[in-house]
Amino acid sequence: MHLKYWTRRAVFAATGAVLALGQLGSAPAEAQTPPGVLVVGQIAEPKALDPAAVTAVNDFRILMNVYDGLVRYKSGTLEVEPALATGWEISEDGTVYTFDLRDGVKFHDGSDFDADAVVFNFERMLNEDHPFHDTGPFPLAFFFSAVDSVEAVDAQTVKFTLNEPYAPFLSNLAYPTGLIVSPDAVAQHGADFGRNPVGTGPFHFVEWRSNEAVVVEKNADYWDGAPALEAVIFRPITDANTRVAEMLAGGIDLMVEVPPVALSEFQSDAYNVVEQAGPHVWFLILNAKEGPFADKLVRQAANYAVDKAALVNDVLEGTAAVAAGPTPPAFAWAYNDALEPYPHDPGKARALLAEAGVESPEVTFYVTEGGSGMLDPVAMGTAIQADLQEVGFDVSIETYEWNTFLGEVNPGLEGKADMAEMAWMTNDPDTLPYLTLRTDAWPDKGGFNSGYYSNPEVDALLEKARVATSQEERADLYKKMQVIVQDDAPWVFVANWKQNAVTSDAVENFQLEPSFFLLLDDVVKN
Amino acid sequence: MGGYILKRLVSAVPVLLGITVIVFLIMALIPGDPATAILGSYATPENVEKINRDLGLDKPAVARYFIWLGNMLTGDFGRSFSLNRPVLDEVLERFGATLVLAGTSFVICSVLGIVAGAVSAARQYGLADKAITFAVLIGISIPSFFLGMMMILAFAVERRWFPVSGMYAIYGGGDLPDLARHLAMPAVALAVVATGVIARLARSAMLEVLRLDFIRTARAKGVPERRVIWHHALKAAMVSIIPVLGIQAGFVLSGAVYIEIVFQWPGIGRMLVTAILQRDILLVQGGVVFVAACYVLFNIAVDVVQSLLDPRIKT
Repeated sequence: MHLKYWTRRAVFAATGAVLALGQLGSAPAEAQTPPGVLVVGQIAEPKALDPAAVTAVNDFRILMNVYDGLVRYKSGTLEVEPALATGWEISEDGTVYTFDLRDGVKFHDGSDFDADAVVFNFERMLNEDHPFHDTGPFPLAFFFSAVDSVEAVDAQTVKFTLNEPYAPFLSNLAYPTGLIVSPDAVAQHGADFGRNPVGTGPFHFVEWRSNEAVVVEKNADYWDGAPALEAVIFRPITDANTRVAEMLAGGIDLMVEVPPVALSEFQSDAYNVVEQAGPHVWFLILNAKEGPFADKLVRQAANYAVDKAALVNDVLEGTAAVAAGPTPPAFAWAYNDALEPYPHDPGKARALLAEAGVESPEVTFYVTEGGSGMLDPVAMGTAIQADLQEVGFDVSIETYEWNTFLGEVNPGLEGKADMAEMAWMTNDPDTLPYLTLRTDAWPDKGGFNSGYYSNPEVDALLEKARVATSQEERADLYKKMQVIVQDDAPWVFVANWKQNAVTSDAVENFQLEPSFFLLLDDVVKN
Repeated sequence: MGGYILKRLVSAVPVLLGITVIVFLIMALIPGDPATAILGSYATPENVEKINRDLGLDKPAVARYFIWLGNMLTGDFGRSFSLNRPVLDEVLERFGATLVLAGTSFVICSVLGIVAGAVSAARQYGLADKAITFAVLIGISIPSFFLGMMMILAFAVERRWFPVSGMYAIYGGGDLPDLARHLAMPAVALAVVATGVIARLARSAMLEVLRLDFIRTARAKGVPERRVIWHHALKAAMVSIIPVLGIQAGFVLSGAVYIEIVFQWPGIGRMLVTAILQRDILLVQGGVVFVAACYVLFNIAVDVVQSLLDPRIKT
């Protein structure tokens, strides 16, 4: 046996391998990004960069920097202000909106932004006979289903006629679905427009390397002042742990949706953590049609039983606030400040159950494994189950993958479950209650009221708020609605998510918006 | 030999057809549809119906299957709705990335595994054998995604030797050294388990061969031990090692899914996971059929190589 010889060879081989690896590793791991170029860690590859065709917040984060809408949200609020339109008039009956358009704005491809371009955008989405309707599908086109016609009055004036008064119309225009694309570019690229986006925004599109990066560069001629950054690179990094590691290793300058457990990694001077509550509400739908939750007292008992503070502070590590009612406080103008969340009071919950005359009610609880805006649904569901067991409920959890879950919950809980997790992010205080709390929004009527809540008073308030054109009047109606709904307790009101982001200390002037959009035109990177 | 290859290729056709049926059925039967995935909370029956119509999903399943199959035979895999581009473009691009990763890993695990197994067998119950057996046990026991995460923390965050994720540097880069730096960690993380499995099987295959008469004869004739092990024994043992390599190639390919997610490698495994979650039916179907076809072809190639090595296998 030539043991010595063998061992020596092994040692040589091993040394060689280590040297080779070291050689490879000694080069700088990542070429430094120059100042003025911001690298953003996104949560997924974008689906498309056509605002009419996409639905995901992840895509909106890019879109909002490439396109403008007729209107936009005022910084730090969910109130609408002029953007590509300089002003507008609403007819007395609330059905005709006339917009004056900004003069001299050009798309990134050099074509003019004018009334014809606006008409093209809405016709493409809404009119099935439009030559470019086949560049869809346009899943959120129903945001504008109230639009009867769009006309160019002259080059700088455009008129929308609605089939009925529809107060959320302006908010919907501020939503990414209302962003204006270049008609010339749509004509040129057809169905591939989503990979060749052209807008009027602060940055113009440069390239999309599949699964690697979307690159946009500064639009020096931006009508609202050229951005400070030279370029932004959006990198899709789907795994949250990897995103955190990239942030720690300096591979990205800004990351969104930091997992709660990772926040402690960024508590040094080298990073800034930003957070902002948004128009999000996380709740439990209760089946008010049958079973124990048909009784309002039992529904209230569930609201008292769940320890919301523990959920937001312990499970979610402070990345959410306790919700008081159906409307998130981010809609500051429509939110009823007088509303106090149901306190955590197991004694009161037991008393209400006794008063309702139910003893250890059996409850089937649908929990999702994940999903948009669902935060940490399994951990939250388990904690809620424990809280409810504590006061005498007998809760059995059924867990589903998100799309399957939606397929079970959206058609209604009847005959299947008593309770289900749900979360919504909306852009107008009308949307969520209108789609989920009215009698006419029961699943069989095409709505999302999967728990069959019904209160004629709430129905009347919501119908009225939808057609009111003054913001004060609408605010008043929504505030009344919140009081009634909180008392009726069709849901267990749990949490309002605070979106968070981390930037490196080289990044300045960054803030998150309540809309959850990512606006980068004022950001500076040193 | 040509006849054998042809026979094997013909017999692969029903297998592939079966795969198209299975993957089509799975996508048709799993709950949730693309429209719900696109619309999320906004999925009203009315909106769902409209999107399904736009995507051509309102036709009966049997019709959809034959349209799909017919188009595929003409090379048209359809268009991915979630990525807004032709399925085949995406699949080829992503499969290329996976091949680079899985291929490198496969080379690493084959070479290391066979060498470690052979050394182990040659030194049965010796120090090298014990050390290798111990290392192999650890390698087999560590889940690759965990190992990957630990490697990132150790070699990309603590010491910035390697980039955390991706296939190329986001700024500059794009050349071969850049690729190598991005490839090093995921390829090694992916290779570890397979290396262990191959080493174990290579060891027992070698031990079996080393007991045979012709080895004793060779030793008796005074052939140097090194030549006995690496030439006589290993060549004979390869006959039973090669099928294991074929199976491990499949494991490396499927294990790439986890590694691709952890290291954000733009490969086909990660693509399929995302596509399934989004119910991007055509992308899932196209991707699975493509990968399955490659796997079937690879196995045929392995069998052919084996028949070349082992004259006892009738072709």
